[in-house]
Amino acid sequence: MTSVLQVLFDALSLGSLYALGALGIALIFGVMRLVNFAQGDYIAFCIFALIYPTTEAVTILTLGAAPAILLIPLVLAIGAGVSMLSEVVVFRRLRNANPAAMMIVSFALGFVIQNVLLVFYSSRPKSLSILPDLSRQVEVMGARLPLLQIVTILATMVILLALTAFLRRTRFGLEMRAAAEDFTMARMLGVRANRVILLAFAISGMLAGAIGLVLVVQTGTADITMGLSVMLVAFIATVIGGLGSLSGAVVAGFLIGGASVVMQVILPLEARPFRDAFVYALVIVVLILRPQGLFALRSARQRV
Amino acid sequence: MTQAPSVFARTIATPILLIALIAVLAVAAWAFGSGTLQRTAVEMLIRVVLVVGLSIFIGNSGIISFGHIGFMCLGAYAAAWFTIPPMLKQLSLRGLPDVILLNQFPFWPSAFAAALLPALFALILGPVLMRLAGIAASIATFAMLAVINTVYSNWSSVTGGTSSIVGIPIRTDIWLALGAAAGAIAVGWLYSISRSGLALRAARDEAIAAQASGVDIERERLIAFVLSAFVCGVAGVLYAHFLGIVTPDAFFLGATFVALSMLVVGGMGSLSGAVLGVVVISLIIQALRSLEKGVTFGETTLALPGGSQEIAIGIVMIVILIARPAGLMGNREFGWPRAADPAPKTQATKRA
Repeated sequence: MTSVLQVLFDALSLGSLYALGALGIALIFGVMRLVNFAQGDYIAFCIFALIYPTTEAVTILTLGAAPAILLIPLVLAIGAGVSMLSEVVVFRRLRNANPAAMMIVSFALGFVIQNVLLVFYSSRPKSLSILPDLSRQVEVMGARLPLLQIVTILATMVILLALTAFLRRTRFGLEMRAAAEDFTMARMLGVRANRVILLAFAISGMLAGAIGLVLVVQTGTADITMGLSVMLVAFIATVIGGLGSLSGAVVAGFLIGGASVVMQVILPLEARPFRDAFVYALVIVVLILRPQGLFALRSARQRV
Repeated sequence: MTQAPSVFARTIATPILLIALIAVLAVAAWAFGSGTLQRTAVEMLIRVVLVVGLSIFIGNSGIISFGHIGFMCLGAYAAAWFTIPPMLKQLSLRGLPDVILLNQFPFWPSAFAAALLPALFALILGPVLMRLAGIAASIATFAMLAVINTVYSNWSSVTGGTSSIVGIPIRTDIWLALGAAAGAIAVGWLYSISRSGLALRAARDEAIAAQASGVDIERERLIAFVLSAFVCGVAGVLYAHFLGIVTPDAFFLGATFVALSMLVVGGMGSLSGAVLGVVVISLIIQALRSLEKGVTFGETTLALPGGSQEIAIGIVMIVILIARPAGLMGNREFGWPRAADPAPKTQATKRA
């Protein structure tokens, strides 16, 4: 019983990270057909903003030493900031480019961010501990669980609910959903393209900040390539969920997180190092069965 | 209207000019360059093989593949298996079948067989993957790369795991690389004017219309996929015999990013774009590298700080794509200057 609970929480907390990442990608893809690979580097950027830039091995907390009430909003703001900046400086100039070119540009931008961090911080992973209270274990129904897992899951739920409320109840949200469904039509009906796109970047930047915080507390290290693996899975989740479908992206994120954790448990010992191969093979199978994704939008289907 | 010249005659200028371009660069590097510059030239020529291989599939089908570096990986490891001396193999790669483990094969048959392995893999997986289109196909090819990488990183008895395999005979010199690059260009060009290549490009531009005209899209895609897997496999073989060591990490995201960037910066719709992208980006990287080493003014040496080369190359790529979103070549090919391309220009690929 306790081990089942453990697996469930492992799956949910890993799935939470993937879901938040997938949501960030889906939001931007919805409004401008951009698959933003720089998202992973926004995460790294947010993490490194916590510490003083030095190439030495020591870690000096700057922002990271701030109390949680200050720390969390600031990190989210940094995420939103760097994300919006990349839209204003780079992506705005590519409105008419094909998706492949935009994707490569986002790759290149991420590469630039990563190497800027490298110059200031060196490639050595740094250990740091922020919000140490979260590393405790708590007992839930007989199972010992890290408090961080519970907080991650709860925070994800709160973020998802808040975002749903925002998208359903506010004017901005309505504009954004309209733009995600049919961008040209939305513009014709008076939705301001640049504003909606900037907003999408802001939200996905904040999501990157949130992921960064969780990763840092979880691993206790800051590493330049940290956001990458989460974002790769998130990218896949976005496609499996049905590109442009926000709820699909979230569900697929949780599904992939769940599949990874469950496979870790049920695979025989000698096959465990190959877990990721099984997960990705599953991804191919899902895509073959549902090429449009699990929750394809009707508007995404090709019309003849 | 007079009889139009055949496709062959109309487009033969493209491969000739492209091969001439890389031949000039290779000869220049060989004649004037230092040892490091010559190695850079060989690397560039291997990249030409790889990116032309990529463009055979991506350029003609319009599907962005993230998986082709996986084919390079299969080719490179197979080359290592066939040509490492048996003594070394018995130390590190004991899981190999006996016929490979106890023998060392000569270079040419081994190279050919090693490049066939990824083609065979593509032939097996292709019929399933090629049913997908657009971004779903891209993700599926990425998943394929991730599967290959995970298996090769963990199957220690056969691949040496994440540590590198050493002892591959060094065979790739500048002339072999040049020959392979020229061969790849010729293959890429012949495919693009073949019946299958024309049908696939028609399907790329107007899928429904092409289907209605009797194009079997999945079949043509599969042909391009297998052919491009073979060419990328050749790039892997050359790479293994160039460095003498292989690791799985050399064939993952970093390499995928570099190869795709070269293709997109050059222009992913055309063969000329593929070659030009490799040449231009390689030249820029080389220029930045020498800047990073430092320029001497009198007594002081001014050098760019470490890492600035990568930052600069990223920014240069962004600027090029902002200025020319369809890449340097757009969808055009090089041709003789006079014969102002009589073929109708296809639209730049701008599908959502």
